[in-house]
Amino acid sequence: MAAWELLGLGAKGWGAFLLVAAVTTLAVTATALAIGAVAGAAIAAAKLSGSVILRVIGHVYTTVFRGVPELLIIYLIYFGGSSGLTAVGAWLGYDGFLGLPSFAAGALAVGIISGAYQAEVFRGAFHAIPRGELEAAMAIGMSRRLRLRRIIVPQVLRFAIPGLGNVWQLSLKDSALVSVTGLVELMRASQIASGSTRQYFLFYIVGGALYLILTSLSDRVFNTAERRANRSMSASTIGGA
Amino acid sequence: MDFAFLSSTMVTLIRAVPTTLVLFSLSILCGGILALGITALRVSGNPVLSGFAKAYIFVFRGSPLLIQMFLVFYGLGQFGVIRYSFLWPFLREPIVCAVLSLALCTAGYTAEIFRGGIRAVPAKEIEAARSVGMSGFLLVRRIIAPIAFRHALPAYSTEIVLMMKSTALASLVTVWEVTGVAQRLISQTYRTMEVFLCAALIYLVLNFIILQAMNLLEYSLSRHRRPFAPGLRA
Repeated sequence: MAAWELLGLGAKGWGAFLLVAAVTTLAVTATALAIGAVAGAAIAAAKLSGSVILRVIGHVYTTVFRGVPELLIIYLIYFGGSSGLTAVGAWLGYDGFLGLPSFAAGALAVGIISGAYQAEVFRGAFHAIPRGELEAAMAIGMSRRLRLRRIIVPQVLRFAIPGLGNVWQLSLKDSALVSVTGLVELMRASQIASGSTRQYFLFYIVGGALYLILTSLSDRVFNTAERRANRSMSASTIGGA
Repeated sequence: MDFAFLSSTMVTLIRAVPTTLVLFSLSILCGGILALGITALRVSGNPVLSGFAKAYIFVFRGSPLLIQMFLVFYGLGQFGVIRYSFLWPFLREPIVCAVLSLALCTAGYTAEIFRGGIRAVPAKEIEAARSVGMSGFLLVRRIIAPIAFRHALPAYSTEIVLMMKSTALASLVTVWEVTGVAQRLISQTYRTMEVFLCAALIYLVLNFIILQAMNLLEYSLSRHRRPFAPGLRA
């Protein structure tokens, strides 16, 4: 069978299968980034707080989840989550194995990893806020919450965009590892298609090309977002970007 | 906590550490050499050569390492030219495929890091070297390479730690390194947390050693920036 027929969208082609899988990859990555944003914000706050215990927790989190292979963390969440769920099921009177859904396990694992990187991004962005602005806000009597809402969060989000773009790219590539849980995202789909047609080279090249399309498109999205967020800043104040 | 289980797990995992270290050191070495070549092409000024280097960097940084590794491991054997060539006895080995794809991938990232280092070399230093008559390889060896390497070192340490973590993927092409052995233990015993803690500890210790070594290297390369060598003062 010719390559174009194998890749077509028709009944004998794997094209539609791969495209759906690419959408799943995007969905896993987007969910992971959202989970990571919550975890990352909490860890960044812990690392910036005055409490020694919170700082230690934050430090341990970022060290462990950035220093241990992603694959190992996916195994921890997938197998550990399933045995945890089974234990809860047994306690509620259900005997039998309860598996954590592979999408949830994958998104959670990639999210926990991206949380460690996002925490560092948010912390860096917080330090990029000019101290004078925080002092000015305090001087005119803004409360802690108001300062957070009006001064800190908007600027942290703006300064964090380039860093978040990098984290997104990392998570997009980490999401390929979720294929070990059996979730049919782009990596697993390329494996299935190449295994059933014995055209390993073709399908891994096509899968890789689809990843390249996803990474370069998202690069553009983040560049546009950065430009839009910085509309109000002159080139000199943001370092000539 | 079941210490007997933890210690037997630790012993089993530590037996796999040499495989991880072989994967790591070979891929860093080969990837580093390849990266030097790609950096040279990238900054060569020739549009065809630098275009090739740009494409290489785009492809290997833009796609997941796992798909590159599967392409090498499953894809190459599909071609008769490779299967009947003298390379086949090597390329048939999973560990060779793993090292090959790790090296190809890290070369893309490392080339960008080296290029960043070269861009940080002050133009004045190059002009000064040229004015005393240095050019070509002598200029690179004496002026550009040492300064660029010092600037690239912090980013390069990060890349090396990422590579240590990436060796875990070799377990998916049947190389029994630490993560692969840990996965086997998990599916045999279902004691995920204990096995994870042992494996995580091994990787954290390895990464800590790497970072300390890189800090030491950075320190010893910045001697000219310190006012006095501590040894001379005493």
